[in-house]
Amino acid sequence: MVHGDPHIELDDVALAYGSNVIQRDLSFTIRRGDVFIIMGCSGCGKSTVMRSLTGLLEPQSGRICYNGTSFWELTESERKRRMRHFGVMYQSGALWSSMTLRENVELPLEQYTDLSGAQIREIAAYKLALVGLNGFDDYYPSEISGGMRKRVGVARAMALDPQILFFDEPSAGLDPVSGRLLDEMILALRDSLGTTMVMVTHDLASIFAIADDCVFLDAETKTMLTTGNPRELRDQADIVQVRNFLRRGET
Amino acid sequence: MTATKPSKPATTASSALVELHVARDGRVTLAFSGRWCIDETLPLLGDVLQQLTDVSDLRSVAFDSSALKAWDSALLGHLMGVIDWCRGRGVDDERDGLPDGVQALLRLTEEASEHADARHDDKPEHFLERLGSEAVAIVRSTGEIIGFIGKSALAVRRLVKRQARFRSTDLWLIIQETGADALPIVSLVSFLVGLILAYIGDQQLEQFGANIYVANLVALAMVIQMGALITAIVLAGRTGAAYAAQLGTMQVNEEIDALRTLGISPIEFLVLPRLIGLILMTPLLAIYADLMGILGGSVVSMTVGGLTAAEYFTQAQQAVGFNHVAQGLINATVYGAIVAISGCLRGMQCGRSAASVGLATTSAVVTAIVFITIAAAVLTVVFNAVGF
Repeated sequence: MVHGDPHIELDDVALAYGSNVIQRDLSFTIRRGDVFIIMGCSGCGKSTVMRSLTGLLEPQSGRICYNGTSFWELTESERKRRMRHFGVMYQSGALWSSMTLRENVELPLEQYTDLSGAQIREIAAYKLALVGLNGFDDYYPSEISGGMRKRVGVARAMALDPQILFFDEPSAGLDPVSGRLLDEMILALRDSLGTTMVMVTHDLASIFAIADDCVFLDAETKTMLTTGNPRELRDQADIVQVRNFLRRGET
Repeated sequence: MTATKPSKPATTASSALVELHVARDGRVTLAFSGRWCIDETLPLLGDVLQQLTDVSDLRSVAFDSSALKAWDSALLGHLMGVIDWCRGRGVDDERDGLPDGVQALLRLTEEASEHADARHDDKPEHFLERLGSEAVAIVRSTGEIIGFIGKSALAVRRLVKRQARFRSTDLWLIIQETGADALPIVSLVSFLVGLILAYIGDQQLEQFGANIYVANLVALAMVIQMGALITAIVLAGRTGAAYAAQLGTMQVNEEIDALRTLGISPIEFLVLPRLIGLILMTPLLAIYADLMGILGGSVVSMTVGGLTAAEYFTQAQQAVGFNHVAQGLINATVYGAIVAISGCLRGMQCGRSAASVGLATTSAVVTAIVFITIAAAVLTVVFNAVGF
C-alpha cells in the first residue's frame, strides 16, 4: 500500500432515504494519504455521502470499495471489523457527554484492544496532547469550548490509529484563527501518519489550504459535477456552479 | 400611440394610492403614489386584483413609481401579490418603473429559494387514505417494537455468553439512579395508595363488622399487583422518560452515530445496561412499595378502624403467601422490562431535532403505561388460569 494508491473508490453509487434520492451516479477515487474534500452547496447531500462512506448508510446501488474490497458486499460482522479502521469526527464533536475527555478517547481502545488500563490511559493522554489538550483529561465535554470539543473529536477518531479519518464540517462554528489551527493540525497529522483524510466542508479557506483533491456535488441535478484539485478547478473549471462556488468572495 | 384610461383609484384615508391606467393594447400601468409604509393605511390588494381581473384582454402590467414618496415592506408585499397574480395568469410584469431597491429585493425573493434539501411529507387528505396510512404506520411501528425486543434479547444472550460490551460503571450509575434515587417518590405514592385502599376497605367492611380484614385487603392488593404497578408507573414517568431523553439527545448530537462508526452496538452499549438496571431494581422497589403501602394501610386501620398495630400486621402476615409474593415479583420484573424497552426504543427512534426529543419522551411514557396495563391484565388472567 503506497501513498497515492486508490484507497476508496466509488463506482456508480446512488444514495437515497426511502424513495427520496439524494445523490446518484457518483464515481470517483480517493487516493491513499490525500486530503479529499466533499463539497457543494447546502442540501446537496455531502453529509449523506459521508454517512455512506463511514458505513452508516447502505447505497441504493453501486459499489464503495476500500482497498479494492466492496464494503457493502461484506457480512455485517466483517463490515464492523473494517469500520474500526475508520475514524470519524462529527460536526459537533459528538462526544459522549456522560464521559470525561479521557474516557471518550479510551473507550475505543477498551473495546478493541487487550491493553492494560494503565497503557490505555497513557495512549489516551498522548492522543489528547497530540491535539493540544494536555491536562484536560478529567474535564467533561460540557466544560470545554466548541473548538476544544472538535479537537477531542479528532483525538477520539484517531484512538485506534485509523487508516482513514473522516471530518464532517470541521471548521463549522469556529473563528478563523481556530479554524486555521485545526487545518494545520489535520495537515500535520496527515503528513506524519500518512492517514487518508476525507472531509465535508464548504469553508474555502480550509479547502485551498489543505485539499489535494475534491468532488463537487450538485443539489439540482443530484449528482457530482466534477472532481479534481480545488485550486485548479477554481482557475480552470468551465462549470458555472463550481466556478461560482470556488470564486465566491472574489472581487 | 396608446391612449390611457385612468380607472377609479384604490384610495384610502392615508396618502398611499394606487391607480390603474389601462391602455388599448391590453397594457396596464399601476401608478403608485404617496407613502407605501407599514404605518400607513394601504389600499387592499384584493381590490387592485379585482380591477386587474376586470380588464379585458390584459397582456402586461407595468409599474409607475414617479409619485411614490416613501416605501418599505408594505409596497413589496403588495407588489409580490400582484406579480404572483400575473404569473398565475401568464401576464407579463414590467418592473422598470419601480425604484432600483424594490427591483433588487423582488429579485432576491425569487432567487433565494434554497429548497433542495427540504423534505416534506404530504399528508393524505381523504379519510380512507388517512386510515390506510395510519394502519401502515401501526404495522410498521409494531414491527419496529418486535425488532427492538428481538435485538435486546440477542444482546441479553450475548451478555450471558459474556460477549456483550458495555461499561460496568454505567450499569452501577443506572442502578443507583433507577433504584436508590427513586425511593422518595415510590415511598410517598405507595404509602398514600395503601392509605386510600385501607380507608375505602374500612368503610365497606365495617358494615359487616369485619374491619380486621382491611389488613388482608391492603396486603394482598399491594403485594400481588399494586406495589408492582405503582412502582412501574412511577418508573415509567421518571426513568423511562429519562432514558428516552438521554438516548434521544445522544441521537441528536450524533453520539450514537459515533458509537456505530466504531463498530460498537448501541443496543449493547446503551440499551443493555438500562434494561438490566430496571429488571434488577423494579422488583426490589416493588417489595419496598409493598411494605410502604401496608404501612400506609396500618395508619388508617389503627386510627379509623380501631385495630392495634399487632392485630393489623399479624393479620397482614397471615394473608400473604409465597405465591402472592412470587406473583408480585414476576409482575414487577415484566413491568420493569417494559419501561426499559419503551424508553430505550423511543429514544433510539428519535429524530434529529429538539422537538423530536420531546416527542420521544412523551411517547416513551405513553407506550410504557399502555403496555404495563395490558401486561397486568394478561398476567392476572394467566395466574388465575394456572391456579398460581
